[in-house]
Amino acid sequence: MSLAEGVRRGEVRATAKLITLIENHPESAVEDLRALHPHTGNAHIVGITGSPGIGKSTLTDALAKRWRKDGAHIGIIAVDPNSPFSGGALLGDRIRMQELATDPGVFIRSMGARGRLGGLARATHNAIRVLDAGGKDVILVETVGVGQSELDIVRTADTVVVGLVPGMGDDIQTIKAGILEVADVFVINKADRPDARRLMMELQTMLDLDPERHSHWEPPIERTVATTGEGIEMLMAAIRNHWEHLTYSGELEQRRRERYAAELQSVVEDYWRMRFFEYWQREGHWEQVVEQLLRKETDPFSAARKLVAPFLDSESRRVNL
Amino acid sequence: MGEQRIRVLIAKPGLDGHDRGAKVLARALRDAGMEVIYTGLRQTPEQIAATATQEDVHVVGLSCLSGAHLELFPRVVELLKEHGADDILVLGGGTIPAEDISVLKERGVAEVFTPGASTQEVVEFVKRSVNL
Ligand code: B12
Ligand SMILES: Nc1nc2c(ncn2[C@@H]2O[C@H](COP(=O)(O)OP(=O)(O)OP(=O)(O)O)[C@@H](O)[C@H]2O)c(=O)[nH]1
Ligand SMILES: [Mg+2]
Repeated sequence: MSLAEGVRRGEVRATAKLITLIENHPESAVEDLRALHPHTGNAHIVGITGSPGIGKSTLTDALAKRWRKDGAHIGIIAVDPNSPFSGGALLGDRIRMQELATDPGVFIRSMGARGRLGGLARATHNAIRVLDAGGKDVILVETVGVGQSELDIVRTADTVVVGLVPGMGDDIQTIKAGILEVADVFVINKADRPDARRLMMELQTMLDLDPERHSHWEPPIERTVATTGEGIEMLMAAIRNHWEHLTYSGELEQRRRERYAAELQSVVEDYWRMRFFEYWQREGHWEQVVEQLLRKETDPFSAARKLVAPFLDSESRRVNL
Repeated sequence: MGEQRIRVLIAKPGLDGHDRGAKVLARALRDAGMEVIYTGLRQTPEQIAATATQEDVHVVGLSCLSGAHLELFPRVVELLKEHGADDILVLGGGTIPAEDISVLKERGVAEVFTPGASTQEVVEFVKRSVNL
């Protein structure tokens, strides 16, 4: 039985193995991903992002538990950074999700970002595809928590939840740095701390002032204490409202169209790059050209054109869709 | 284009609150280039086995300084088998009397490290056993 078949039957082991394959040997996972693709598109993909330590994992845990009460099946992907020096990583998000470990309706996967800087791992996108095809209703994706460049999660999630906490001083700075535009829902966590109200008002003022916002969706601001579950009901309702908005306004289709366009581009680029380097490494010309560069017998621009030329010949044949 | 990483789960089964050794070890394995999942204190064997299966780790490292290792460690081995994940290597560490080590090994624990063991020793053992 293929891994994809196992995933479709909801087998934990097959699901876990396929995600590992995607992380380690993405080329070898293509057959399974191909088989799973038609079964995707049903899950609500929710991104949870925000600076380190604001309570993303605790929120993820609380949301998952709340959704479970309604019988929803949950997938969780929690991404943490790898050390740029050793390549290793300490993946500690599960510390906040201990009770979910034995719930058969929940599948949690910790993931090292492995050098990617946008908040997710290279493998996250396809891992979501696996969980989606495996029948998860909601997939919660916790980002690295860079707090600034949140490009990846925007390209991945249907609903982006941006978390803030009172008393971090630089909160409003972070918001200015571009997080405002990506949020579909704001959550002010650790609302048991002083100044939660003030942060909420400041944030609301910024939202009101922002002339860039053109969407028909006003991101709500919820307040939570993730450790006690306070406010989680409202947060979940806000996330669900956004999902309904996406569905009924047609924005869901638009977002997915953009997502597929971006994915197609990156898959083409990867495939092309791989084939190209395989070819030239096999032909052994690569080192030769580098030597020529060193001796100034050629320049990088002319050399690149020559190397690409054999691939462009076939380009004149038209693509048949 | 992908890169392989050894994945390890470091877990503290039972009620034992001594987590220094587990944390030292988690960091050492990370510094050796591995992806280390740490789940915190007071895990049941059921939680540990389920986590190891979902995370598809190569190795589960159990740390116990409370004396309950004889019940807890073999239980994790059994549960992994039930999950169809008995290819996952189980290691143990902590204050474990010499006479218990052979018992644990008979019951499926691959190796046991006691106080004073160097983290380098553990790193090398893991690398040798997983052999990516
Ligand atoms: C520091 C310490 C504490 C600290 C713990 C701080 C913390 N957060 O970890 C404090 C003061 C809190 C504490 C409390 C207690 N302690 Co205490 N404690 C110790 C002490 C002195 C050192 C432990 C330590 O941190 N060592 C340093 C680390 C790096 O070493 P390590 O954990 O052994 O890990 C090494 C190896 O064992 C191995 N290893 C460990 N885990 C793993 C896992 C894997 C996978 C691998 C491969 C290797 C591996 O590799 C590590 C590196 O070499 C030991 C004595 C001793 N000789 O071990 C007693 C000791 C463990 N404590 C003991 C006791 C009884 C207690 C208390 C019950 C005391 C009391 N009556 O209140 C409480 C219980 C706390 C609790 N909630 O469980 C007893 C346990 C007796 C037993 N096993 O039957 C010991 C052995 C002391 C003794 N001789 O009586 N303790
Ligand atoms: N007081 C208070 N503490 C909280 C709340 N939510 C989370 N915490 C605590 O904040 C700390 C960090 O929580 P995490 O959930 O690990 O935060 P995170 O954003 O996932 O952290 P990283 O993944 O490391 O970026 C933990 O000690 C939590 O117990 C809250 O609402 N109030
Ligand atoms: Mg976290």
